[in-house]
Amino acid sequence: MSDNKTIEKKESRRTFLKKTALASTFATLAACGSDSSWEEFFQKNFKTLDDDDKNKIIKRLEKKYTEKYGKKFSVSGKDPIDDTLFGYGLDISRCIGCRKCVYACVEENNQSRDPQIHWITVLEMAKDKGVDLFHSHADYERELVPDDDHFYFPVACQQCENPPCTKVCPVGATWKEKDGIVVVDYNWCIGCRFCMAACPYGARHFNWAEPNVPKDEINPETHYYGNRPRPKGVVEKCTFCVQRVREGLYPSCVEICPVGARKFGNLLDPDSEIRYILKHKRVLVLKEELNTQPKFYYFY
Amino acid sequence: MKFINFIKESSKVILKGNKYYYAWISSLFLLIVWGGLGYFEQLKSGLAVTNMNDSISWGFYIGNFTFLVGVAAAAILLVIPAYIYHWKPIKEITIFGEILAVSAVIMALGFVIVDMGGPFRLWHMIPFIGLLNFPDSLLAWDSIVLSLYFLLNLFIVTYLLYMHFIKKDYNKKIFDKLILLSIPMAISIHTVTAFLFNGIAARPYWNSALLAPKFIASAFCSGPAVLLILFQILKKTTKFDIKQEAIEKIAELMAYSMFLYLFMFFSEIFKEVYSGTHHLVHLKYLFLGVKGHTDLVIYAWASIIFSIVAFVLFLIPKTRMNVITLNIGAILIFIGVYIEKGIALIIPGFSPDSLGQLHIYKPSMIEIRTSVMIFSLGFLLFTFLSKIAVEIIFENLNINSIKAETGTDQNS
Amino acid sequence: MATIQKNIYIFFMALIFILLIIPNTIFGDNEKKETLIQVPPPPFSEDIFPCSECHSDMEPNPERRVLEEMHDDIILKHDENNRWCLDCHDLKNRDKLHLANGKLIDFTESYKLCGQCHGPKLREWKNGVHGKRTGYWNGKKTYLLCAHCHNPHSPKYKKMKPEPAPDDPMKGRR
Repeated sequence: MSDNKTIEKKESRRTFLKKTALASTFATLAACGSDSSWEEFFQKNFKTLDDDDKNKIIKRLEKKYTEKYGKKFSVSGKDPIDDTLFGYGLDISRCIGCRKCVYACVEENNQSRDPQIHWITVLEMAKDKGVDLFHSHADYERELVPDDDHFYFPVACQQCENPPCTKVCPVGATWKEKDGIVVVDYNWCIGCRFCMAACPYGARHFNWAEPNVPKDEINPETHYYGNRPRPKGVVEKCTFCVQRVREGLYPSCVEICPVGARKFGNLLDPDSEIRYILKHKRVLVLKEELNTQPKFYYFY
Repeated sequence: MKFINFIKESSKVILKGNKYYYAWISSLFLLIVWGGLGYFEQLKSGLAVTNMNDSISWGFYIGNFTFLVGVAAAAILLVIPAYIYHWKPIKEITIFGEILAVSAVIMALGFVIVDMGGPFRLWHMIPFIGLLNFPDSLLAWDSIVLSLYFLLNLFIVTYLLYMHFIKKDYNKKIFDKLILLSIPMAISIHTVTAFLFNGIAARPYWNSALLAPKFIASAFCSGPAVLLILFQILKKTTKFDIKQEAIEKIAELMAYSMFLYLFMFFSEIFKEVYSGTHHLVHLKYLFLGVKGHTDLVIYAWASIIFSIVAFVLFLIPKTRMNVITLNIGAILIFIGVYIEKGIALIIPGFSPDSLGQLHIYKPSMIEIRTSVMIFSLGFLLFTFLSKIAVEIIFENLNINSIKAETGTDQNS
Repeated sequence: MATIQKNIYIFFMALIFILLIIPNTIFGDNEKKETLIQVPPPPFSEDIFPCSECHSDMEPNPERRVLEEMHDDIILKHDENNRWCLDCHDLKNRDKLHLANGKLIDFTESYKLCGQCHGPKLREWKNGVHGKRTGYWNGKKTYLLCAHCHNPHSPKYKKMKPEPAPDDPMKGRR
């Protein structure tokens, strides 16, 4: 570890000159891009930093967001809880397609309102077709749900054990954490969208324009890898509400679901709800033939 | 000193020309400005000014990128007969293939950069300074092979022209090895680019083992087609010369490539249609339309019909030898492959998307303007480089001629 | 003095006993230590509980009939051909429910009554699979009773208006 650090320090000294030369040209241009300060511009990949540097960045971000939104912001950098591997269960026999989870997620995780980003897509599927994505509809409009001839199939990040999205990232801006959550470093993502092409679940979303969240609706309790405000031009995704679950709380989609179709827990704890489901219910994972090994289990 | 002279003379060459040359250059400049202003808009407001979205997350830019990598790779179709079989008529013009490769790689990289959400974060990809996810990410591979291929060709072009300029024979031992190296490099850039798509299990439309060989075969059609047309333009407008037998040889090689390309194309169609799985839907969207959306159908059929007609024209010796039918064939195969890469490869892969939802994509005005900017930049680069090459190789611009010139100046 | 101390002692022993026994009565032996059930009050209609407030002055009528003067808003759609009010509500103690064996239970324990017929559902509810839990995945959770989601008189889950469909991805483009 210490070797790495000295190497990195040398590296940074050596690259200092190059950086300052680049800085003058880029810092002005960067205003066109997504980074508002040169400090932010030259920030390294978050996972490669030590705790001191991480804390400095977090302090800087908290200040920036507090100024921007006029609300006291907290940005957590909390690491995974030991001996924890998160798993999610969704009871497709119970989901009524009300989309309450979609909007609870938007509010909790500060997704852009316009242009609209939804981390959860609820698909309406015909009962006589079964789980058939091509015949499903995400844009169903109904007076009342559930419709008698349809069932509902919400999809968000499946938190794969074998995630194709992290593999393809050219700069290592996204990776799987120890507790199984696939996260993105919004300050490192270059916006090439290779991960979006690679994700079989449409779970990754891009900030096509500057994200827009009204000041009075912003949630100031955030995590660096989770719901903190994002710049334009980067990819974001469901993190199982990393800012909540690493504090022991349920994800907000679980809390809101009016029918209790959403279940969450620690796969390493044999007494957890999610383990009970795996043991006693019939579970299926979406597109199992791709060997992505989701930790998102549909059951009925 | 001599090299500075070379650079100086080269820059002089690109600045002087007849009125047609100036008209061409200034119209390119105008297009660059027009397109550049469009791209500036995109930098300011984000990629929302394009018509890409979460459902169809790659579009026109990545299509052009893929096509141009093919054009870049195709330069070696001239290298193989010239340097492996030492076939002189082509050896003389190989450098123009390399110049095309340099310009095409620049354009290809340009298209990747304009497609990025954070182009100013490109430094994240520089090994050691940033963090290149090698060997996991195919995009990391692609950036490496494309950069190396670019540097290799740039060196070959510069070195060859410089040696011509100072009237010395090039170092055959090193040079021949470098040029041989460019063959596997060319194959690798297009293979790796195909693997970008090929390795994505989430998109069954691309998840075919034939993708890379098909890429190479189609590139060996479209790249030389560009060259054939460019050679004739150069021949008309400059002292550039190409022997008829060289053109015929290139055309013959293209005919083989077209056969392979069409053969693989129909193999893929057969596999999808006969097995008739869910994955057929992407081809269906392309060739027949799905749920009433037939936006790509006309392009898809144009591409395949053009390619077949071009193949027939190139297959029959009589039409292959005839300048007019040869040119028609070259234009047809160029359009055919351009559609195949630029439109028919990327968009159907996302239509319907991975959750089965179908959305319609066509490039926005900003996407077209930005693309025009990049193409114009590429053409400008190609024009400059080939003008220098023509002057040095065919109009005998060299270090001695300059001395002679300045000598006469002093006398008078 | 001694009696006060004794009383305090008994009081604490009883308190500890109750704290130990309450979760166990619900979860039996597979209960985990850290989860304490916190049942929110049952979903009574407004100003209706305790029932005895009205019923204590009335002569109980055990005869099966259609209610006309009071409670006519209740339409029984829960095996209504075989059952009526007093199969669950107790004739004598109106503030309680009774199980099939006659045992009286509070409204806060109504799941026991439901579980008499819906055994597998009760088991899943106890294990957190059926029904909803909120709070901490690794700690304290809040549970809902069957009656919080299912009207006992008409238990089929009611349809509702869905939230708006997502925007077309091309909204605001071109």
